[in-house]
Amino acid sequence: MAKFKVVHYINQFFAGLGGEDKADLCPEIHESVLGPGAALEKALGEDYQIVATVVCGDNYFGENLEKATDTIIKMLEQYKPDVFVAGPAFNAGRYGVACGTICKAVEDRLGIPAVTGMYVENPGVDMFRKDIVIVETGNSAAKMGNAIPVIASLVKKMANKEEILGPKEEGYIERGIRVNYFADKRGSERAIEMLVKKLSGEKFDTDLPMPVFDRVEPAAPIKDIKKAKIAVVTSGGIVPQGNPDHIESSNATKWGKYDISGMDRLSPDEFTTIHGGYDRQFAMQNPNVVVPLDALRQLEKEGEFGELVNYFCATTGTGTATASAAKFGSEIGKMFIDEHVDGVILVST
Amino acid sequence: MKLELGKIFIKDIKFSDRTYVENGILYVNKSEVEALVLEDDKLASCHLEIARPGESVRITPVKDVIEPRVKVSGGGEIFPGVIGKVSPTVGSGRTNALDGCCVVTVGKIVGFQEGVIDMSGPAADYCPFSKTCNLCVVMEPNGELETHVYEKSARLAGLKVAAYLGQAAKQLEPDEIETFETKPIFEQAAMYPNLPKVGYIHMLQSQGLLHDTYYYGVDAKQIVPTIMYPTEIMDGAIVSGNCVAPCDKVTTFHHFHNPVIEDCYKHHGKDINFMGVILTNENVFLADKERHSDMVAKLCQWMQLDGVLITEEGYGNPDTDLMMNCHKVELAGTKVVLITDEFPGKDGKSQSLADTCKEADALASCGQGNATLQFPAMEHVIGTQDYIEMQIGGWAGCVNPDGSFEAELQIIIASTIANGYNRLAARGY
Repeated sequence: MAKFKVVHYINQFFAGLGGEDKADLCPEIHESVLGPGAALEKALGEDYQIVATVVCGDNYFGENLEKATDTIIKMLEQYKPDVFVAGPAFNAGRYGVACGTICKAVEDRLGIPAVTGMYVENPGVDMFRKDIVIVETGNSAAKMGNAIPVIASLVKKMANKEEILGPKEEGYIERGIRVNYFADKRGSERAIEMLVKKLSGEKFDTDLPMPVFDRVEPAAPIKDIKKAKIAVVTSGGIVPQGNPDHIESSNATKWGKYDISGMDRLSPDEFTTIHGGYDRQFAMQNPNVVVPLDALRQLEKEGEFGELVNYFCATTGTGTATASAAKFGSEIGKMFIDEHVDGVILVST
Repeated sequence: MKLELGKIFIKDIKFSDRTYVENGILYVNKSEVEALVLEDDKLASCHLEIARPGESVRITPVKDVIEPRVKVSGGGEIFPGVIGKVSPTVGSGRTNALDGCCVVTVGKIVGFQEGVIDMSGPAADYCPFSKTCNLCVVMEPNGELETHVYEKSARLAGLKVAAYLGQAAKQLEPDEIETFETKPIFEQAAMYPNLPKVGYIHMLQSQGLLHDTYYYGVDAKQIVPTIMYPTEIMDGAIVSGNCVAPCDKVTTFHHFHNPVIEDCYKHHGKDINFMGVILTNENVFLADKERHSDMVAKLCQWMQLDGVLITEEGYGNPDTDLMMNCHKVELAGTKVVLITDEFPGKDGKSQSLADTCKEADALASCGQGNATLQFPAMEHVIGTQDYIEMQIGGWAGCVNPDGSFEAELQIIIASTIANGYNRLAARGY
C-alpha cells in the first residue's frame, strides 16, 4: 500500500534556523522531516510519510499574509498531500496566526484536510477556531509530547476520511459548529433535570451557551457643533515612524496616543501605518487618508466646529479580540470624558 | 382537576364496511370518512390512504397530524370550542385515545411550510410519525380558494376525522390508563410543601398569516396570558392552525402529547411540584411582546413559582418573545430553563438564535434544523412531491429525476420540534 503523504508547516524557530533574528525568513520547502516532524512521523507509524516541510519566518508571514500564503499554496501543489499539519504553535501568537491562516487556505483552496495545535489563549484560536481543527495544547513546547499523539490521531482520521467526532473525544478546541446527535433522553426530560439542578444550586450544563452581544447606546447628538471639542480615534494602525508603543500589526493588545499640535496634516516622514490587514501603500504615502487631519484642520479654521483635540488615538483593528477592543474603548472613552471631549470621529479601515 | 387517559394500542389500520377497533386494529369505513370531509363545500375531493411504519412511502405536503380521542366520561367533547362544545369540565373525567395511529391531513400546498413524513429510510429517524400508523386524508380545494380559507377547511376536516375515529374508542376497555391530576392552586402548593413549585410557560404560535393556534377556538393572537390546568390540553383545548416551518410545527398530536406536561407529571411529587401551565403567545407587535412577557412574569410571581420551563413554536421572531419571557421571569425571581431548536446555517457556524439574554443560561437543545439529509426515492408518494423545492428546507434543483432529493431537516414534520418531544439535540463541535 502506498503511504499517506503529509506536509508539515513550521516556523524558523522549530526548524532550528534561529529565533527573532530569522523571523523575516521567506517560505522555503525542504523534502525532509524537520523539528517536531520527527516525533509526528513516528507517532503516525509506517503508513504515513512527511514528504516535505515548509518553513517560514513568523514576521515574514505576519507582514506578508497573502504573499506568504500564495507562495506556500503553490509549493504544496506538486506534493498532493493527503493531510496538512501546521505547528503546533502552543502560545506563540504570530506562529499561531500563521498556522491558522495557512491551514484555512489549504482547506479552502486545495480541499486538503488540515490540522494544527495551539494553546487556548493563542490569538490564532479566536481567529480560526470556527474554520479549522485546532488541537488544544499546553502553553509551551515543553508540552510537545502531549500534543503530537492527538494531532497524529486526527491526521489518521482525516487521511482515512473517518468522521471527526466532538471536541472532547478528539481533543480539539470547540469550533462552535452546531452538530446534531440523538441524546439518551428527550429534550423535555433533559430540561426538567436541568431545572431541578438549577433550583437546587447544583452545577448544570446548558446545551447552548449564549453569546453576549455588547449593545452600546448611541450618544445623544452634539448640542452645538460650533463649540464642540472633537477627537479622532482610528483602528487603522497610524503610528509615528518607528512604532514607539510597539503596537502589533494584528490582534493588538494596546493603543497609542500621538500628538498633532501645530500640524496641518500628517507627514509620511513622521507617520506610517503598521496595520496588518489591508494594503498599506496608500496610507503610508499619505497617512491623512486614515487620520484626516488635513480636512479637520481646514474645517476647524472655517469655524465648522470648536476645536480639534491635539492628539489622536490609534490601534490596529485586525484580528483584535473583542475583549481587547472593549477594553481600549473604555480606556479611551474615560480619558475623553475627563478632558471634556464632545464628539469623536472613529475611522476604521 | 383529574383526567384518566385510557390508551387503546393500535398496531394497524384497515379499510372495512364499518368503523371499529378489534384486536388492536382500527377498521375504517372509507366512504363515511370521505363524506364527512366533503360536508365542507370548499373541498372538492377527498381520498384516504394508509401509511405504515417501514413502508417505502412518503407523505407530503403534510398540514397537521391528529390522534383520535374521545370523551368517555366527565362531560364535554373533544376539541372544545372548535368542533366540540365547551364545558367547564374539559380536562377531567376519562378520555380514551387510539394510541399508535394518527390522522394526517395532506393536500395542495397552502404556504410552503408544510412538510414531509417518510415511513422508512434515513428521514424516518427524525420524525415521530414515521413510527405511527397513519390514515392520510388527501384533500383538494374547490377551485382557487384563498389560502387561509383552504387552510381552515383542511384543519377542520382533520379534526372532524379524528373525532369521528375517536368514537370507535368510546366503549372500549383501554389497554392502559394513565392518571394526571393538578389540584387548585393553594391545595397544590400545600400538597408538596418541600418540593420546588414548577410551572410551564407554553408559548403558542400566533404570528398570524397562516401562523395561528387556537385556544378553545379563540385565535391565540387575541389572548392575553392566562393559567390553565395541564389536562385541558389533553382534551384538545389547543389545536394547531399553522404552517410554520415543518420541523418546528407543534401539530395537534403534539398538543395532546405535550412532552413538557407529560414529563412534569412524571417528576410531580418526586423532585418537583408541578403547578400548571401559563399560556401565552408570540405576536409580532412589540407592544404585545412587552405586555405579554410582563404578564407572564407577573403570573409566575403571583403563583410563587420557583422554576419554569419555557417552550416556543417557530424561530426567528419568536426568539424575541422567548428571551423577553426568560429575562423578565428570572428578574421576577423564578428560575428558567428554555427548550428550543437551533438554526445556525448549513455549516452550523452561525448564531443559533436570533436573540439572546444573559439569563438564558440553561437551555435544552432540540437539534439544529439546517443540517441536510439525503431523501431516497420512495415506491409510493401520498400527496405530491411537486412542491419539494419550494417547501421550507428544499431549494431550487434539490430534487432528482428519480424522486430522491436533498433537503434540510427543516422539511421533516416535527423533526426539531421546540418542545422537547424528540431525542434530537445539537452540541458544539
